[in-house]
Amino acid sequence: MTTGFSRLAAAAARAPVVLVASRRGNVELWANLVILTWAGVFLLWQGPGFALTVGTVFAIWAILAVSLNLVVGFTGLLSIAHIGFFGIGAYAMAILTSGTSYEELRTDAIPTFGWPFFAALPVSAVAAGLVAIAVGVVLNRFRDDIFVLVTFGFAIISYSVFLNWAELTRGAFGIHDIARPAVGDLVLDSDAEFLAFAVLCLALVSLVSWLVVSSSFGRVLLAIREDEQAAEVFGYRVARYKLVVWVISAMMAGLAGGLFSSWARFVDPYSFALLESILLVSIVIIGGLATIWGSLLGVMTFVLLEEGMRFVPFLPNESIGQARQAVLGVLLVLLMLFRPQGLVGRYRL
Amino acid sequence: MAMDAGRRGVDAGAAGSAPDSMLLELAGTSVRYRSVVALDDVSLGLRSGEIVAVMGPNGAGKSTVLRAIMGLAPVVSGAIYWRGERLAAPTHEIVRQGIAYVPQGRRIFAHLSIEENLEMGCLHLRDAAEKERRMESVMALFPILGERRRDAASGMSGGQQQMLALGRGLMAGPQVLLLDEPTLGLAPIVVAEVFRKVAEISERLATTILIVEHNIKGVLEIVDRAYVLNRGRLAHEGTPRSLRESDVLREVFLGRADAER
Repeated sequence: MTTGFSRLAAAAARAPVVLVASRRGNVELWANLVILTWAGVFLLWQGPGFALTVGTVFAIWAILAVSLNLVVGFTGLLSIAHIGFFGIGAYAMAILTSGTSYEELRTDAIPTFGWPFFAALPVSAVAAGLVAIAVGVVLNRFRDDIFVLVTFGFAIISYSVFLNWAELTRGAFGIHDIARPAVGDLVLDSDAEFLAFAVLCLALVSLVSWLVVSSSFGRVLLAIREDEQAAEVFGYRVARYKLVVWVISAMMAGLAGGLFSSWARFVDPYSFALLESILLVSIVIIGGLATIWGSLLGVMTFVLLEEGMRFVPFLPNESIGQARQAVLGVLLVLLMLFRPQGLVGRYRL
Repeated sequence: MAMDAGRRGVDAGAAGSAPDSMLLELAGTSVRYRSVVALDDVSLGLRSGEIVAVMGPNGAGKSTVLRAIMGLAPVVSGAIYWRGERLAAPTHEIVRQGIAYVPQGRRIFAHLSIEENLEMGCLHLRDAAEKERRMESVMALFPILGERRRDAASGMSGGQQQMLALGRGLMAGPQVLLLDEPTLGLAPIVVAEVFRKVAEISERLATTILIVEHNIKGVLEIVDRAYVLNRGRLAHEGTPRSLRESDVLREVFLGRADAER
């Protein structure tokens, strides 16, 4: 832990230098200024209630994006599978904490356990991690395009399991009555309390990610990203490094899933469809590969677009969803054309 | 700087080896990629402290020799011996046993700094003092790396990148350094500098070196012995003088040896 603190202190000492360095890149500076100003103005305009909801959505998606960036950005493994781990975490939380008597709802019953939130949250992360070990062992046999295709396959399989394993997930009906965080009599039931807890989780995940990428382990990940075989011939067990970062990332996604289902108090398979996974990868690329701040900025851009589209006057309500995806798609194409490293990224895809 | 057998009085008995015992040896080694035989019953060896070249035309199997030693090529028959014991460890173990490989094309990590690239050579080393000692030793050998230690490796010239690749290999503290075409794609003046540095590594650090090289004239200036491969088979073994005096290189490179066979 001493090493972690000393590295934190060193980073704090370097902060002004980093700030000056970031000013060298005008695009990065403008991207930061525009998005942060946009976020500030938008939240002030819409008021605190809106800010609490948007803030929580931001925190949960930011955990997902930061964790995915460990794999896609820092290690160079383009994965579409992340939404599957998010779903596993969400369903673990839902199944373990739901107390609803489904017979009363006249739909299929599933086992209910009535666990408290804080007992279920680590299980959400561990369940995602265990599945990630099994998937990662298989994925380690593949590289490049084939790797992407196999992760694509996992995303489809996980969605099918959520939808069709009705005895466990209640399929398309979804699971209701999911627990909110509570310690004794203190229940974090209000939006403000939940937001504070979600932001705390985001801070924790960002800190862990930072410790991972700034360690010698993280250096090897960057080397694997650049030249996997070269890293191998310098004595690094590349397969093991890839598996470890894959599992860490999946556990973070599982944690985000647990938070998500507790916040929404309901899960169904449609939140974990393939399109969500593609959106998530797009967010990471837009923000910038191999940068934690870039992931946060990418999610901020996405959430602002997502919510901001509601206020476009000439857009009919039924077209808002499609319009969001179109705008995000156009943004992605423009970035790939003019700034392939993303808003504040270090690497091109 | 022309040298011949016993280029600088190589101590064959160094590191506790018997005078004629090989530090690293391929014994009747064959490598096959599906139906393609890349190495066919090749035997060669290195004594402690030597610089040994492997030469031959394109497709002769030169790089395959190094890849087989590093566990990166499928050995289908024969064996590789390291200090008299069979070497059958995975690649990451081989590095820790004292064999470092500098692959063809330099393969530096372009987005890392020069210092970070060098550290990649020995990140598994726990002893910080030893790590620092090796860093200083490498920077003494290649002063340009010390002067630009914080710069991104991508900003270096081809020659400087080759120095970085050599330095990164040395950071592992190897007894044997395997160099795959270290002068490939470099300007003639830089090629001479690379060969000088290879000789200097051998002199100053007593590192045994196996070098695969297409620049015959340059490499024969610095090696103790050389092996010539042709179509995966050993065509000749000898000192630089014996190679210069024989027609084997001309025959191999012009294809006449093959025709006679």
